[in-house]
Amino acid sequence: MTYLEIAPAGGLYLYAPLIIGLPIAGLLVNIFFGRRLGERFVSLIASSAVGLAFLIAILQLIALLGHPEGSTIMLADWITIGELSVPWSLKVDTLSTTMMLMVTGVSTLIHIYAIGYMHEDVRFKGDPGRYTRFFIFFNLFVATMMVLVTADNYLMMFVGWEGVGLCSYLLIGFWYEKGADGIGNAVAGKKAFVTNRIGDFGFLIAMFLIFGAAGSLRFEEVFHWAETTGLANAGVITAITLFMLLGATGKSAQLPLFVWLPDAMAGPTPVSALIHAATMVTAGIYMIARSAPLFAVADISSNVTAFIGAATALFAATIAVGQFDIKRVLAYSTISQLGFMMAAVGLGAYVAGMFHLVAHAFFKALLFLSAGSVIQGVEHEHHRLEHDPGAHAEPFDPQDMRNMGGLRSRMPITFWVYLIGALALSGIPPLAGFFSKDEILADASMSNNLVYVLLAAAAFLTAFYMGRQILMVFFGQARSDAAGHARENPPVMTVPLMMLAGLSILGGALNLPGVHTLTDWLEHTLEHVHATEFNMLVAVISVGLALAAILLAWTLYGRETLKTGQPDPLRRILGPLFTALENKWWVDELYEFLFIRPYVRISHFLAVTLDWRFWHDWFHDRVLGATFRNGTRWLAQSFDLKVIDAAANGLGNLTQGAALGLRKLQTGYVRTYALALFVGVMLVLTYVIIA
Amino acid sequence: MNIPASYVLSLSGVLFSLGILGVLIRRNAIVIFMSIELMLNSANLAFITFARMLGPSPEALRGHVMVFFIIAVAAAEVAVGLALIVTIFRNKETINVDEVNSLQG
Repeated sequence: MTYLEIAPAGGLYLYAPLIIGLPIAGLLVNIFFGRRLGERFVSLIASSAVGLAFLIAILQLIALLGHPEGSTIMLADWITIGELSVPWSLKVDTLSTTMMLMVTGVSTLIHIYAIGYMHEDVRFKGDPGRYTRFFIFFNLFVATMMVLVTADNYLMMFVGWEGVGLCSYLLIGFWYEKGADGIGNAVAGKKAFVTNRIGDFGFLIAMFLIFGAAGSLRFEEVFHWAETTGLANAGVITAITLFMLLGATGKSAQLPLFVWLPDAMAGPTPVSALIHAATMVTAGIYMIARSAPLFAVADISSNVTAFIGAATALFAATIAVGQFDIKRVLAYSTISQLGFMMAAVGLGAYVAGMFHLVAHAFFKALLFLSAGSVIQGVEHEHHRLEHDPGAHAEPFDPQDMRNMGGLRSRMPITFWVYLIGALALSGIPPLAGFFSKDEILADASMSNNLVYVLLAAAAFLTAFYMGRQILMVFFGQARSDAAGHARENPPVMTVPLMMLAGLSILGGALNLPGVHTLTDWLEHTLEHVHATEFNMLVAVISVGLALAAILLAWTLYGRETLKTGQPDPLRRILGPLFTALENKWWVDELYEFLFIRPYVRISHFLAVTLDWRFWHDWFHDRVLGATFRNGTRWLAQSFDLKVIDAAANGLGNLTQGAALGLRKLQTGYVRTYALALFVGVMLVLTYVIIA
Repeated sequence: MNIPASYVLSLSGVLFSLGILGVLIRRNAIVIFMSIELMLNSANLAFITFARMLGPSPEALRGHVMVFFIIAVAAAEVAVGLALIVTIFRNKETINVDEVNSLQG
């Protein structure tokens, strides 16, 4: 099949490859011409490339409205070895198009926001030349994310999976020479990369098992295999899905591999919003939703997935309560919300999971970008004050909420959009988060009580820490000079915020109870999805919990606002428990003790003892070196001189001797030659006559 | 008058042997040259004899033709040979072949 032979359902599908091609074109233009063309052009190219990709996604949506069964667009044969046949082809169906629309749409807004944010950021950090690099990485991220979501086989998905991991690494370490000890950001990037490798290992093993059992990596064939022979192969499928789950826990930052995501906040804030909140981290959820036919067979894996999701949701929510860094709170909140989605797909509520994924992308991108706006507002003022003569020079963290306060009046737009995002995240009706989270909770209440209780507790904490954050950042008195003089950011940053705020308000309309637009839409791809009925009791409980949590937050932080240098009121109530929360339950330290130290010790042993002393000093120097030296000495002195040279010289001498003898024959006397000729002729004649 | 062919062939053999002897024994280049001519002509004599023995026939003409070739070649050879001898004499002031031995090993 070639590119032109497909198109069973209208030519609009033919534009699908452009959704990958446009961002790549954008980044190529910026790589080759970016430096010369200046910031304005670079940001224009990058943003319009992604904006056009969003239009392509809309075209796919239009195509799918007419032909909801979707299409596969074959671009090229990629790998064909024996039974393994992996084409490079794009799958356009309702599930992948949902992701395409969400990713390109949110990306476009964040690109526009980044135009303004990075303009300031590169100047604060003192390297304006990195502006171009940022947008190149950003476009590369969109391109690889599109490869991931449009893949029609696991291998191509893996290419995108690794591609987004690479972009994540590059962008976490974007200011690689900054951070703690001048290396903190680079270390955070490395941590994300290495942690993701553990998950990728799971994905790879899952892929090998799939090929070994099903003989193909294409979704259609694998799912057909699972549906027809699934019960006979339940063991293999359970193993496959568990390894997939390991991959998903890495990428989507679930227990036990979530530790990289909070550190990933070292990247610039648009990166945190786009990659580490809205899009890349949802890849694990997407993969599980995509592999729904496999998980449908493996009950164990589904239950494990649901439990891991619910446990992560609660665990990360507790940590978020004890954080002071504005972005870290949001990072743990992201982990927690990803846990909600993971629990949903584990319970088989794929639509609820995807619904929450999209809604979460809206309001979490909004929250991160608003946080970036707050940070920049504060940082901007801090830099101005710093240059004042006689200004204090104490270390200042523009992301620490203890340095903020009272920003409501200084940054009104940011405050309002932040409030909308926080209410959406807390699940206050009628914002997007209420509908999506409620659908998950309703599903959980019907199928698994433990998961429901965990998620409900997480939802309570979510509302609490968001209330705490809002009150600490925007209310009360400014707790630093910088916060007291912070200013609102330019429209290039606030307009995308307002658009995302609009989406956060209206996002719930995607799958309203009783209407089920998204359910009907995804039903074309995910079979047997059931529309969850709206459960009034669950809704009332979750709204009640959220309101109670907000009230609690107000009691602690709102009634008497925090003063400069005053400890967190929770510390008084919770005591040592708060220290545990503040230190993230010491998970990093636990991992350090359990894995990293032994690993370093083993590495040290391998490097010093095994590699250096044994291999290098003993085996290489002593055994190999000595053998080689002695061998070459023997070869040089005995073999070469006495055999090879002797043979060569002997041949020379032989030739010389023979020549010395033979030259006597050349007398120079013509008559001798004539005689020799005569004798010769006589001999020949004699022979001829006799014979 | 009909001389038997064997006589003529014997004469031819004798002349050839004399030629060989002349080439091997004599040192004067011109004499060696004459001896070579003697050998060529002894061969001519043998060709003519064999042609006569075949009688008047197209095949017999080959012998005659061969003789003409040899005469023509001999004439050419004389021209070249004498030129060589003259050149050698100019360089060496001698035509004694034993003294022309600079190519010895």
